[in-house]
Amino acid sequence: MIRLENVGVRYGMGPEILRDLTFDIPKHSFQFLTGPSGAGKTTLMRLLFMSLRPTRGNISMFGRDVVDIPRDELPLLRRRIGIVFQDFRLLNHLTTYENVALPLRVRGKDESSYRADVVELLEWVGLGERIHVRPQVLSGGEKQRIAIARALIDRPEILLADEPTGNVDPPMALRLLSLFKELNRLGTAVLIATHDLNLMEQVNARHMILSEGHIDIYDR
Amino acid sequence: MIDKAKKSVAKVKQVAKQQFKAPAPIVPPANLSSKALIVVVIIMSFLACLTLGFVTLIQETSKTWQNQISEEITIQIKPADDQDMEKALIDAKSLALEFSGTLSAEIVDKTDTARLLEPWLGEGFDMDELPVPRLLIITIDKDNPPDFTDMRNTLSESIPNAYLDDHRTWAGRLVSMAQNTVFIGVGLLSLVLVATTLTVVFATRGAMSVNHEIIEVLHFVGAESSFVANEFQKHFLLTGFYGGAIGGGLAALVFFITDIWQDASMATALNDQASALFGSFSMGPAGYLGIVIIIITVAILTALTTRITVIKTIREIDLVRSDPARSDVA
Repeated sequence: MIRLENVGVRYGMGPEILRDLTFDIPKHSFQFLTGPSGAGKTTLMRLLFMSLRPTRGNISMFGRDVVDIPRDELPLLRRRIGIVFQDFRLLNHLTTYENVALPLRVRGKDESSYRADVVELLEWVGLGERIHVRPQVLSGGEKQRIAIARALIDRPEILLADEPTGNVDPPMALRLLSLFKELNRLGTAVLIATHDLNLMEQVNARHMILSEGHIDIYDR
Repeated sequence: MIDKAKKSVAKVKQVAKQQFKAPAPIVPPANLSSKALIVVVIIMSFLACLTLGFVTLIQETSKTWQNQISEEITIQIKPADDQDMEKALIDAKSLALEFSGTLSAEIVDKTDTARLLEPWLGEGFDMDELPVPRLLIITIDKDNPPDFTDMRNTLSESIPNAYLDDHRTWAGRLVSMAQNTVFIGVGLLSLVLVATTLTVVFATRGAMSVNHEIIEVLHFVGAESSFVANEFQKHFLLTGFYGGAIGGGLAALVFFITDIWQDASMATALNDQASALFGSFSMGPAGYLGIVIIIITVAILTALTTRITVIKTIREIDLVRSDPARSDVA
């Protein structure tokens, strides 16, 4: 589904943040991405989300070279990707429900067609009682769960999650992980960037370790 | 356990169904920047509409002057010791009407003459005690006017103190002055419109700058540029129209109130002076049409600036793809 070949990224004239990355993310796969702070995890996530182009090398997304994808087509391709940003990026003037339903709304779907799904997903992430409140009054963990629900609501082909359990307690982290596993079982490829080794041990998944710009992959 | 979970979901769905309202607009309602934009649009629309109103007013007054000038001439008879003024006026009237091209003649009676002099001499003065000239107003066919030279010569032969004024000299200057005023007014209007355009554009961009994050999120959750642009454009079109309508409405109200005041103070010396110079303060249909056009233009301008800003913002976000050094943008 996604293939990187000799990919390198540098910001301006600085040193390469990522060097010679070559790996692929197959369909229906589950992997963790880890590494020390500043190793380039977020940069790699941005590459995979097509919000950054590599300085060198090739990235193929859904069978297409990212360099050849016209700007107008990017939103349509991004609809196939669910992303959880580290800083959540919720819209503060919208309620929990409206934030989660946003991807469906921008696709022009009728509200009555997805209301039940959104409510059900919010119940799954433990926000069933917080449907009509705005992000300002929610805790970091609750915001994170909204961001996760938003990424999952349209059943993406791949989920990219940057520290999705960073602000929740261990029981909720495990609950979210079971949600990711269920999603993966239904066919979505999952890539979770995390520092949480305990979380990584809960799933028999591939480990991708970024260090000093290089990546080491341990298949399980 | 499963039953319990199902019941819980059913309960949440039930609660949610009861509380659901129409989704909030994707573009947030007026924040501080949007309110500032509305104020700017109100002020600039008001100034533009006011300027436009004054220009149309002057233009219409100028036209009225021109029409009046081409339709009327005046015979002025100065008093003399051995002259019967009333007889001289009647003679002059008969003489004038003999000429081809004159339609009617009206003697300005003593009361009206006194009223004409009221601003200078005050009320209640005795006309007979002062050597006040009398006037005869003659309406002429403006397409086929009489021979003024012939009329002037005939008059001076019959009534030595009579003087024919065809208004051409001073009226020409007056019209020329009015035309210059209109020209200056159009220049001012152009400047005000340019200032309005620039102010509205920059205020809209300022109001849009706080929406950068919203545009980015919408873009990243799969919204196409046209969708994002349309959402913001709709919102700011209404904002621009709202501000423009208030500003334009206030300007129209100023003219309306001035018109009412003018009507109410009719037949006073001050009003007569003002009316003589500026005509009526009531704006014609052209003025009101101009105000409507300005309101619509301001609304379109606001919406268009919003659209361009949104598309530019999305392009900037996408620029990072090809230039990682610009990480400041995303």
